[in-house]
Amino acid sequence: MISYIARRILYMIPTLLVISVISFILIQLPPGDYLTSYIAQLTETGESVDKATIASLKKRYGLDKPIYVQYFMWIKGVLQGDFGQSFEWNKPVGELIWERLSLTVIISLFSLIFTYIVAIPIGIYSATHQYSLADYFFTSIGFLGLATPNFLLALVLMFLFYKYFGLSVGGLFSPEFIEASWSWAKILDMINHMWIPVIVIGTAGTCGLIRIMRGTLLDELRKQYVITARAKGVGERKLLFKYPVRIAINPIISTIGWTLPQIISGATITAIVLSLPTTGPLLLRSLMSQDMYLAGSFILILATLTVIGTLISDILLAWLDPRIRYERRL
Amino acid sequence: MKLLKKKATLDKKTTSFEEEYYIASQWQLMWRKFKKHKLALGSIAVLVILYLGGIFCEFVAPYGLETRQIKYTYAPPQRIHFFDEKGFHIHPFVYGIKRRIDLETLQKIYSEDKTKKYPIHFFTHGEKYKMWNLFPMDIHFFGVKEGGVIFLLGTDRMGRDMFSRIVYGARISLSIGLVGVFLSLVIGLTLGGISGYLGGVTDTILQRVIEILRSFPTIPLWLALSAAVPPQWPPLRVYFGITVILSFIGWTGLARVVRGKLLALREEDFVMAAKIAGCKDTRIIGRHLLPGFLSYIIVSMTLSIPGMILGETSLSFLGLGLRPPITSWGVLLKEAQNVRTVALHPWLMIPVVFVIITVLAFNFLGDGLRDAADPYK
Repeated sequence: MISYIARRILYMIPTLLVISVISFILIQLPPGDYLTSYIAQLTETGESVDKATIASLKKRYGLDKPIYVQYFMWIKGVLQGDFGQSFEWNKPVGELIWERLSLTVIISLFSLIFTYIVAIPIGIYSATHQYSLADYFFTSIGFLGLATPNFLLALVLMFLFYKYFGLSVGGLFSPEFIEASWSWAKILDMINHMWIPVIVIGTAGTCGLIRIMRGTLLDELRKQYVITARAKGVGERKLLFKYPVRIAINPIISTIGWTLPQIISGATITAIVLSLPTTGPLLLRSLMSQDMYLAGSFILILATLTVIGTLISDILLAWLDPRIRYERRL
Repeated sequence: MKLLKKKATLDKKTTSFEEEYYIASQWQLMWRKFKKHKLALGSIAVLVILYLGGIFCEFVAPYGLETRQIKYTYAPPQRIHFFDEKGFHIHPFVYGIKRRIDLETLQKIYSEDKTKKYPIHFFTHGEKYKMWNLFPMDIHFFGVKEGGVIFLLGTDRMGRDMFSRIVYGARISLSIGLVGVFLSLVIGLTLGGISGYLGGVTDTILQRVIEILRSFPTIPLWLALSAAVPPQWPPLRVYFGITVILSFIGWTGLARVVRGKLLALREEDFVMAAKIAGCKDTRIIGRHLLPGFLSYIIVSMTLSIPGMILGETSLSFLGLGLRPPITSWGVLLKEAQNVRTVALHPWLMIPVVFVIITVLAFNFLGDGLRDAADPYK
């Protein structure tokens, strides 16, 4: 087991390297470098451009050096926790992102939990009551949920709430808590606001999982060991939960690696529509204003988080399913 | 083979179903299974209608993309009537629109003007346009006589007919999925083919790259890439730029399917036989392997089109994808960003319905094709 985990962590290193290169390319993609846009912005607002500041900035990011040197300077900074400077906010990127990132992680985690809590029981029910009315109902809801993109669902929900309850459901906090420091009251307030984004983000994943769960469980239920167990007089409930469900849950856990990017992706766009104080809106804004160090750092960290999530799911799977850890060892 | 087929058609009446089953080609078997999937058949019909609408959008739409009816901004959808005070008419008609301004809220309020009646004509003359930018024409699928207006789905902020705009948007939204999938297919086939056929180190490296790309959350990556599309690019270039961005992740799925199937087929006896007979690699791939997994590729393509359409819609909705004058469903939905506007003018959300119908239809079609292509079901 330990050697399996170690190997998986080793595997992560090239992945993270490629992710960092892609993020760096994204930072470099917009025409002109960071400094030219910074100077352009300063002159636009009528501020004087201090030659010494420019020189020091140039030195800090190595803008006069070849591109790969710039990459190494940037990645060295990132490893030390220096993500560069956001010129739009005139603050180090590190200061801007952590709170938003932690909120993103919290929302994504809740969405993941929501997805499982809803999808697994419904999947089990649909499989054991195949072709019943409820099965058809859940299947069609599932299809609709898969076809409706997150932001549209957010939009429709917002519209319905506004129309019928006169509520505007944006944000994560009530107005009086936005600037307040963290307290129990604020956390409670957040949980109160959280359920709409969690439902919106979780729906697409839930619908996919219901289908996977239903499909694999149906396959398992047709197998001979189930018939044998039934013939031997094992009670239906025990029969269901002891073996087939446990096997059917396997692919669900192994697909966390795909669900997670989906959830983070969905969280980004839903957050923009619902104007949540998470990474989404800030990422969009930084991209619009080509505040590339901020945007690049977001993408780097979001992708890294996904990779770590996948790692955790792989380890979980190996722990749950001995076949995997032995197969890989051979 | 040809002879066999001929014989099959000759003896059709006398052969039993079972015999027919054994001499049917792979594609005939698939078609037979596919026909049983009613939802998928229905989806084909829906998609054909949508695509025809997109292809002939100038003809189907009663008004042009940018035609503004300044008097009718935010007009609600008009009802089509068959009954008036005199009873039933076989010819559908719409009433004229009366406009008054609510003095308190300063909102325009539209109501039906029952004194004016405009029958809907089909294949009627209307606004002039150039079909596919080539042939000047003025025949529209439907329309009303001069003086009346027809807004099946209401109008937007500038008094442009939503139905016409949605039909024009269909051309962009629906084609971007096809173009994107085609691009993904080219990349996916090449890289997946190389990966599966060569194996070894090449395979490992390509598989790692695919895994890494798949672990990226797509929306942030798409956003970042499309933010780099320079604003001064001409519309057509932006269109292709966005398509390329969408295929940037799309190809990985196809490459995986191709590789998996190639790996399985490579070990088959007929490949060994072809090798011993002295076939070249290209012939083995094209002649013996490709037909084996063509059906899987088609399924995988069908299932990845909706992702592309949704991707484009989200990007354009956020303002980072296509931008006017190119109008896609996402661009139309950008108008519906503000809840207050939408609450007052809910018909601005109608493009959502079209997006969902399209995505559902592609999903059903893909499911039907998958069941049909799977010989073990």
